[in-house]
Amino acid sequence: MELLLDSLFNGVAIGSVLLVAALGLAIVFGLMGVINLAHGELMMLGAYTTYVTQLIFKLPILKPFYNSYIIVSIFLAFIVSGVVGILLEKTIIRKLYGSPLETLLATWGVSLILQQFVRSVPLAYGTGLVISLLIGLFLPTTFPSKIKESINFKYFKFSSWIFAVLTGVLTGSVISSSVSKLSRASARNVDVTAPSWMRGQVEIIGTAFPKTRLMIIVITLISVIAITLFLNQSAWGMRIRAVTQNRQMSDCLGISTEKVDIITFGIGSGLAGVAGVAVSLLGSVGPNVGGNYIVGCFMVVVLGGVGNLLGTVLASFGIGIMTDLIGAGRLLSIWPDMPLPLSNTINFFATTSMARVMIFALIVIFLQFKPTGLFPQKGRMVEN
Amino acid sequence: MRISRRILAGLATASLAVTATSCGGGGTSGSFDDTVTVGILHSLSGTMAISESTLVDTEKMAIEEINAAGGVKVGGKSYKIEYIVEDGASDWPTFAEKSKKLIDQDGVPVVFGGWTSASRKAMLPVYESKDAFLYYPIQYEAQECSNNIFYTGATPNQQSEPATDFMYKRSPAAGGDFFLVGSDYVFPRTSNTITKAQVKQLGGKVVGEDYLPLGNTEVAPIISKIKKALPEGGIIINTLNGDQNVAFFKQIQDAGITPSSGYYVMNYSIAEEEISTIGPEFLEGHYGAWNYMMSIDTPASKKFAASFKKRWGADRVVADPQESAYNMVYLWKQAVEDAGTFDDNAVREALVGQKFDAPQGPVEVMPNHHLSQTVRIGEINAEGGFTILEETGVVLPQAWNQKHPSSKGFACDWTDPSKGEKYKL
Repeated sequence: MELLLDSLFNGVAIGSVLLVAALGLAIVFGLMGVINLAHGELMMLGAYTTYVTQLIFKLPILKPFYNSYIIVSIFLAFIVSGVVGILLEKTIIRKLYGSPLETLLATWGVSLILQQFVRSVPLAYGTGLVISLLIGLFLPTTFPSKIKESINFKYFKFSSWIFAVLTGVLTGSVISSSVSKLSRASARNVDVTAPSWMRGQVEIIGTAFPKTRLMIIVITLISVIAITLFLNQSAWGMRIRAVTQNRQMSDCLGISTEKVDIITFGIGSGLAGVAGVAVSLLGSVGPNVGGNYIVGCFMVVVLGGVGNLLGTVLASFGIGIMTDLIGAGRLLSIWPDMPLPLSNTINFFATTSMARVMIFALIVIFLQFKPTGLFPQKGRMVEN
Repeated sequence: MRISRRILAGLATASLAVTATSCGGGGTSGSFDDTVTVGILHSLSGTMAISESTLVDTEKMAIEEINAAGGVKVGGKSYKIEYIVEDGASDWPTFAEKSKKLIDQDGVPVVFGGWTSASRKAMLPVYESKDAFLYYPIQYEAQECSNNIFYTGATPNQQSEPATDFMYKRSPAAGGDFFLVGSDYVFPRTSNTITKAQVKQLGGKVVGEDYLPLGNTEVAPIISKIKKALPEGGIIINTLNGDQNVAFFKQIQDAGITPSSGYYVMNYSIAEEEISTIGPEFLEGHYGAWNYMMSIDTPASKKFAASFKKRWGADRVVADPQESAYNMVYLWKQAVEDAGTFDDNAVREALVGQKFDAPQGPVEVMPNHHLSQTVRIGEINAEGGFTILEETGVVLPQAWNQKHPSSKGFACDWTDPSKGEKYKL
């Protein structure tokens, strides 16, 4: 019983890391069909946001609230990665809809740029830049419609960008002068330390579970529930579904597909940021942190069936449980006196490297029989 | 148009000025008779740059020290050392290419370079075919002995063997079972083969072994294996690489695998530099084994640390690889002075038997082109350094490990033409 519980928990824990990382991609790749190779780097931005937030919360003014920095950083990471994602959509991806190869190359280029960016730009000024982008992109949308429709709107837009840049530079220099660790660029990996209430373990029915793992499971659950509610219950969710199902028809019916694209991509990118927070709790934060997850993300989305959130959820938990079953050699402890050749085979695959090989092989075999994944799209739209 | 042309001209002058001042190690000053140019070849870009650039800093410092003390004296003339720094770019073929450039085009008498075993393996054929000389400063898995490479880092019997012995006999987990964790590449696998043989000899038991693919940070299956194999605590030997250590230590601490519950980790790749990155709060109470530790309380060690901080900044630390790099520059200088020439073959002969009072204590070059060194076992403390627990006497290097099944009974001796790279003892 304890063994089963332990194994199930481990599987769910590994699966939820995969799921939270793949969730954003399930939207961007699954719903919009954009092959975004910079998804891992959007995660990395989320992880760096956690690091920056942690250091800012160590300042004397915010010190009393230090224990809650991780909650704040989840929201900030969503915003930071979302804003960068929106910028990416507006400048690059918009021009490449319908040409997957070009998108693939362009987003790979973006991923390299983002990696080099965090290596060679001091994080304080990086933060300033994100704040400028945030204000510049969103301030004009808050103006009353009277101004928006006037001919002089471009001047308003221009002046709000000037305001945005000034605010960005100001925050950048304030942060850089108050937190010395953020004032210098460094290619070195940095470290996020979980607040004390999140370290250690909790006992549930006689088994001890690490608290960070539980936290990641909670973050994942909340993200999945929130995104499902958003897609199925809100007006914008309905528009997103309409556009993904039939773009021309939605356009004819008066849905602004351009806006829908921005919102979908922004949310997908924002979720990548949230994944970055989760990942930063497990290991160190560096320019390559996202790159390690990108293959796994695509694997989960493809296995689950492109365009199906439920498929993504099941696929990631499936892979998580398989990883634990094979990698930790669980079958041997369930059935200790199995025939020797079988137990030798299981022992051979019971290392992390070999478990990975085995799982990839199983997925390849599975996709031979069901090329469209666990839950394929059905209906007429599949044909085109 | 005119303005932009003026700016261009200004830029051109500025860049000329920069090249003029930064070229080489500076012009010959009056007190030297001549100059000699050596090659420095480490990664200054890519993933290894973080580690390897510290070696470049140390080698530059050693060269500056030698120059300040009058340079290299050969045949009654004093030579100022200048250097050409080349970037291996964390790419192994680039290391081979840049080696060719340094030897053929720049004609350097010696190259100081390399960090990963992969880069060394890529460079080895170049130096052997051109009969040139490479100085390699990193602790490594051994099982190699080239006439054209001089190794100043530890061999496994100068690091992992005394460490395993300590863990099994004298650590708080003495007599316990072993679990081996490493990154999936050549050094951890070779090192663990040796450890397994040694544990068997000692009468202990290795109850598990796992390798994490490079770049992977998911340690959950390894943790459940450790808990299953060592339910009451025990000894963990860790050969994980760089950043994977962060994931490992964060997650084992959360899972309750800590010194206070009876689990002690011995590390072979965590030095002062890495402790500060991972965070001492995760590492406190675990162990490390090195030839040099910054906390060695001798005048030579303190002087080394102080001059490095003075040259490169007060927040910098020195660690074992840097000490090896420092030693090799001085040993080369001594050998050249003894040989009375920069000629490779004469220097190679003069090199064996050279002694140097290194920051770690006395070291001596052995006929197998490795160094005799002191081994230290340290406990990681809350300040991010090592509390040195024990110190061996001088340990002779084994290029061919005596516990590894493939090299047992072999040795290397380049001073005797009948023995050479690998002969049966």
